Amino acid sequence: MSGDVILSLTDVVKHFPVQSGSIRRNKDVVHAVDGVTLEVRHGETLGLVGETGCGKSTLARCITRLFDLTSGQIVFDGKDISTLKARDMRPLRREMQMIFQDPYGSLNPKRRVGSIISDPFAIHGLASGAERKRRVQEAMELVGLNPEHYNRFPAEFSGGQRQRIGLARALALKPKLIVCDEPVSALDVSIQAQVLNLLADLQSQLGLTYIFISHDLSVVRHVSDRVALMYLGKIAELSPSEDLYEKPRHPYANALLSAVPTPDPAEAAKKKKIILVGDVPSPVHPPSGCRFHPRCPKAQQLCVDEDPELVARAGDQPSHLTACHFPVKSAEELITATPQIAEHERIVEPEAVSAETVSELIEKGAP
Amino acid sequence: MTLLEVRDLHVSFPTIDGLVQAVRGVSFSIEPGQTLGIVGESGSGKSVSTQTIMGLTRGAEISGQALFNGQDLLTMTDAELRAVRGAQIAMIFQDPLSSLHPYYRVGWQIIEMIQAHEPHTSKSAAKKRAVDLLRLVGIAQPDRRVDDFPHQFSGGMRQRAMIAMAMALNPALLVADEPTTALDVTVQAQVLRVVERLQHEFGTAVILITHDLGVIAEVADDVIVMYAGKVMEAAPRDPLFYANHHPYTEGLLASLPAYTGGGERLKSIAGQPPSLINPPSGCPFNPRCMYVMDRCRDQVPPLEKVYEDPNHRSACWLPHTKAERESIRDQVTGVAVAR
Repeated sequence: MSGDVILSLTDVVKHFPVQSGSIRRNKDVVHAVDGVTLEVRHGETLGLVGETGCGKSTLARCITRLFDLTSGQIVFDGKDISTLKARDMRPLRREMQMIFQDPYGSLNPKRRVGSIISDPFAIHGLASGAERKRRVQEAMELVGLNPEHYNRFPAEFSGGQRQRIGLARALALKPKLIVCDEPVSALDVSIQAQVLNLLADLQSQLGLTYIFISHDLSVVRHVSDRVALMYLGKIAELSPSEDLYEKPRHPYANALLSAVPTPDPAEAAKKKKIILVGDVPSPVHPPSGCRFHPRCPKAQQLCVDEDPELVARAGDQPSHLTACHFPVKSAEELITATPQIAEHERIVEPEAVSAETVSELIEKGAP
Repeated sequence: MTLLEVRDLHVSFPTIDGLVQAVRGVSFSIEPGQTLGIVGESGSGKSVSTQTIMGLTRGAEISGQALFNGQDLLTMTDAELRAVRGAQIAMIFQDPLSSLHPYYRVGWQIIEMIQAHEPHTSKSAAKKRAVDLLRLVGIAQPDRRVDDFPHQFSGGMRQRAMIAMAMALNPALLVADEPTTALDVTVQAQVLRVVERLQHEFGTAVILITHDLGVIAEVADDVIVMYAGKVMEAAPRDPLFYANHHPYTEGLLASLPAYTGGGERLKSIAGQPPSLINPPSGCPFNPRCMYVMDRCRDQVPPLEKVYEDPNHRSACWLPHTKAERESIRDQVTGVAVAR
C-alpha cells in the first residue's frame, strides 16, 4: 500500500527568536526543529512521537506551512512548497489538511456545525447552495455524524463528536494528506478507541495518508506504519513501527518505552524501568554533539563532540534509522550502564536524603 | 484499623440546567500504608468524591459519611477541618503550575505550609526542612532551588515540589488527583518513583485518582472503577485486570490500544457517557453495555461480592459465579465477532 513518496522533507529547520536582556537583542533562538529529513509515502501513516518541546507540533506546522521555514526544503506531491507564498499555497491546502487536539478550541462556538464544515468550500469557491449543503452532509455522514444535526452548535456535541466535526471539515475537500496533531489526547479511552477506528476506516476507504502526532506511545504504535521519534528538534530514531517498539536502538527510545506504564500488572512488575535523570535541556542552548548525551547512560566523549547521523546501524534494515554513535543491541542492559564522559557534561542525580532526616526534623518541630 | 472509610457519599451541584448528581452513593475504605487507585472517565465523579472529603466542594449538596480515624470529616467545622487538611491528609493536583502561587518562591510556600500548622517552628528550621524535603523528592541543588519561583521549575520539578509540600507534615493520607497526567512519560516515571519511595519510607496511604490504567497496574494495591457517579467494581489490582466482573471494566480495558495488535480494530465502547442531570434508570452503564438485559434498564444493581472473593465487589446483574459469568462472556463476545 505504501507506494510513491507524497511528502519529502530535506533538512528542515525552524528557529524562533527569543528576546533576551533589557534591550531587544534577537540573538538567542529556540531550536524548535533542527534539521529533519524524512519521507512520507502515499497511503501510509507516519507516527511522530516525542515528549513536550521536542518539536513535533512545530514540524507539523512547518509541513502544512502554517509556519515559514528557517531553512530546508519540503516537497509535497512533486511540488516544492518550502517558500511558497500564502496565495500560492492556497490551492495546495485542498490536498493537505490538519486536525487538532482540542475539540473545544478548534471549533467556533457561535457558528453552526453545517457552516463550520462548509468553510473549506467557501474558501476555495467550490460548490454552492444546495450542492454545498449536500456535500457537507456527505462529509458528516462519512465521519458518523447525523446529517440532520447540520444546524446544531458545537456546544451540543460531546468531545468525541466534536473531534468528528473537525475531521469532517478536514475531509470535506477530499485531501490526500491529513496531519493529525494529538487528535485523541483530550478524549477518554472508550471514545478514543471510537475515533481511532474511524480514522483507520477512512484511511482504507479514501486512501488517505496520515501524519499522526502523539505523545502516547501505545496509540502511535497502534495506528502507525512507521514512527519517527524526536528529541530536542531532531529525529532520534525512524523505523517501521514494530521495529521501534520491539528493538529500539537509541538509548532514549529505550528509556522512553520502558517508562510507558503497562496496563497489565504482571508485565509491569517484570519490566525494568530506565529512569532518566533530569529534564529535557533548553532548546535555546541545546547540548553539543548528540543532544541526548547529558542524560544518556551510554554517553562517551564522541557523543559530546560529534552529532550522530541518522543512518541504519547495528546491521539494521535500511528502513530502520538511528541517530546514535552507540546504538543499543538486543538484550543489552541499559540500567547498569554508566556514562563515560566528564562530570560537567552530565546531568547528575542529587544525592538522596534519608527519610529519617526529615522525620527527625518533623519531630523536632513538633510541640 | 481503617484509616478512611467513606459511606454512601452523595454529592450534587445545583445548576441552572438542573441538579447535577456528580456522586451517587459511593463507599470505599483505605488502610494505613495502602495505595487505592480510583479510575474512571471524565465526569465519573472520581475527583468530586475526594474533593468533597477534603471539604473542597462548596455549594454542593452533600450526604453520607467520611470517617477519618473514626471522625466524620463531613460534619467537621472549618477550623477542625483545616487542622486535618494539610497535616493529616495532604492533596496534590493535576496541574502543578496552578497549584503553586506564581508570585512566591517555592521555598516560601513550603515554609508557609509548615508554619501554618506548627506556628512555633522558626522560619530557619522550616526552611531547613523545606530544603531537605526538596532533596528528598530528587531536586538537584535544593539549597539554591528553594529560592526559585515556580516558573523557574519544569513541570516535573513543580510536581515534585508539590509532593514535598504535601509530605512536609508527614500526613497519614496523600490524595493524588491525576498527579502525572500533565507530565511526559519519562517524568511521570520519575514522579511515580518518588511517591512510591516516600510511601515506602513514611508508610503514607495514597489515594491515586487517574484515568490511566497503566499507572494503576503499576502502583495500586486496590482499585475502584467509577462510572456516572457510582462505583461499578471494586477489587484488588490483579483480579481487576485478569478476572474482572463488570462489563464497564472489561470494556475499558479492551479499548486500550496496548491490548490490541497494530492494524486491528480497537474494541471501543459504543455511545457516550450519560448525562448526570438525567442519569439513565437502572444501571447507569446499561445504554452502552453489550450484555444488557431487561432488568438492567429499571433496577439498579447493588455493589455485591462476586466470584466468592470477599474483596471483589461488582455492581452488575450478571451471574456472580465465575463459571457462569465467563460462559456469558464467551457467548456474547463470540456473537459480537461473528457480527
